[in-house]
Amino acid sequence: MSQEKGRFGKFGGQYVPETVMHAVEELDKAYNKYINDPEFINELRTLYRDYASRPSMLYYADKMTKDLGGPKIYFKREDLNHTGSHKINNVLGQLLLAKKMGKKRVIAETGAGQHGVATATVAALMGLECQVYMGREDTERQSLNVYRMQLLGASVTPVDSGTKTLKDAINEAMRDWAANSENTFYCIGSVMGPYPYPEMVRNFQKIISEEARAQILEKEGRLPDAVVACVGGGSNAMGMFYNFIPDKEVRLIGAEAAGKGVDTALHAATMTKGSVGIFHGMKSLFLQNEEGQIDPVYSISAGLDYPGVGPEHANLFETGRAEYVDITDEEAVCAFEYLSKTEGIIPAIESSHAVAAAIKEAKKMTKDQIMIVCLSGRGDKDVYSIAKYRGVNIDEQ
Amino acid sequence: MNNRIETRLAELKAQNRKALVTYITAGCGGYEQTEDAVLAMDKAGADIIEIGVPFSDPVAEGPIIQEASLKALERNTTLAGTFEMVKRIRKSTDMPLLLMLYVNTVFRYGTEKFFSQCKESGIDGVIIPDLPYEEYDEIKEDADKNGIISISLVTPVSFGRIEKIAASARGFLYCVSSTGVTGVREHLDTDFTSFFENVNKYSKIPNILGFGISTPEQVRDLKQYADGVITGSAVVRLIDENNRAESTKKISEFTASLRDALDN
Repeated sequence: MSQEKGRFGKFGGQYVPETVMHAVEELDKAYNKYINDPEFINELRTLYRDYASRPSMLYYADKMTKDLGGPKIYFKREDLNHTGSHKINNVLGQLLLAKKMGKKRVIAETGAGQHGVATATVAALMGLECQVYMGREDTERQSLNVYRMQLLGASVTPVDSGTKTLKDAINEAMRDWAANSENTFYCIGSVMGPYPYPEMVRNFQKIISEEARAQILEKEGRLPDAVVACVGGGSNAMGMFYNFIPDKEVRLIGAEAAGKGVDTALHAATMTKGSVGIFHGMKSLFLQNEEGQIDPVYSISAGLDYPGVGPEHANLFETGRAEYVDITDEEAVCAFEYLSKTEGIIPAIESSHAVAAAIKEAKKMTKDQIMIVCLSGRGDKDVYSIAKYRGVNIDEQ
Repeated sequence: MNNRIETRLAELKAQNRKALVTYITAGCGGYEQTEDAVLAMDKAGADIIEIGVPFSDPVAEGPIIQEASLKALERNTTLAGTFEMVKRIRKSTDMPLLLMLYVNTVFRYGTEKFFSQCKESGIDGVIIPDLPYEEYDEIKEDADKNGIISISLVTPVSFGRIEKIAASARGFLYCVSSTGVTGVREHLDTDFTSFFENVNKYSKIPNILGFGISTPEQVRDLKQYADGVITGSAVVRLIDENNRAESTKKISEFTASLRDALDN
């Protein structure tokens, strides 16, 4: 895949200010030292099993399969992990590394709050000081997660610069890192940022497809025809895709947030509408104007509300190995409600984009085929905003 | 043709004087106000001026320049418009001019076209804060071909990186006074003696100190360490979008006060 260190095709790189380059180099060294160290891997696997409750189950959705009349649909239940999403996989890896590096303080950005909650959780477990940056707008639509992080001992800083969402939270975290890199570890939540982050985060998330591949072979005796995952920055999708990349017969389908529609100004569909740029430490695809100013983006899902995508996805897209589809707010909300009623599983609004893409794809597939959908997170955090979207008032008295 | 930055720095060295580098965000208050400020700073004793091209997400900047960038973007300031402004400024001055901008602005404009426009409009150098040593190849060929210097930065946490950065640096070495972002700071905790010991060991060009420098008092304290100082946010905060004349006057006075602190 990556012919040059830190590159995926032409994408990737290390485009960050000199103020953080020493920290990036230090991380690169530590990451390459530990990523293949049997003791480190063993420690991480133990945490995965005993703390995050891995492996996550591969669940056959019988009712949904029959209802849609297409392929057999399986869900990779990352929503059942401790803290309720796939984010814990990456955070356990990074903070274990932070401990090995002797860092005392950890910072993170968060959109929906899932990565922030996971970071606050593991920081509590490992005795690290934790500071989470979150766009002001996101602190308002995900206030439950803000309180949850505070409960876990983290301090949450609302970010008022720029568009007050995920990209601005990343800007602010980078500024903090530039000021405090000697004692601070920046725990990036997705497969983005300067090398080694995109590769490192993918390696901490690839457990998803490692398990899923073995589980489907055990249950069905063969590989799936398609795997589906939602893509914001793209960490659960990279985790879900990675071990299937060499299996050319397996289609890799990413679901992007189309917001109010890709032909409106209100979307976050980077693959469909983006162009090559350099931002947040990486060369990748971004939603930007002619002048290279980063566009404000929109999605009902705070976790997919990001104007870029990880460089490995940009390369999978450019080489045609993975396909990316657009899912609107309305389609995602319908899928959210559908899965709740059909299977008794309330998915995160981010994951609902993958469910919606799966429903669409299933209609084009046949009964003898198999599809795995990554259910990256649970939807408890989204109940309030979905009610609001539907015009239902559930405010307590 | 010699680059104006190198020529000016050589003159200063011959006169045993230190360099004053100032910064202003293009288009904050409009292009005309920026032009006035640049020419006023030139007259008041600035040796080199950095013109900041506004970016939507300036991760290396503190609150003052972030806000100025947003204001400039609200006025539809563009790179093309900035080049036009530079051409007008060039008619009145031969001082060294730098563009300070983010790598995506260069990349989207087209690296080749960008550097040939720099040359054509009279820009002498660029500072691209999010283009570290490791990614310099992104622009090297086109910058060299057009005789444009790309200024390298070192920081108190560059440690062992200083040697390789200094080895390829040209013009001047931008020595970042403290970690973090640009902005006005009351105190700088950096151990300048050891930082500059390390810098001087490797640097063969003038070392100019920037980030957080906002008063003549600071300049008097710090000038012993470096071959000059850079001030940015302290200039930008004097911009009053509603009062061009007053704004220019304040910027001129401020520049003169730093010039005085450097010379006396």
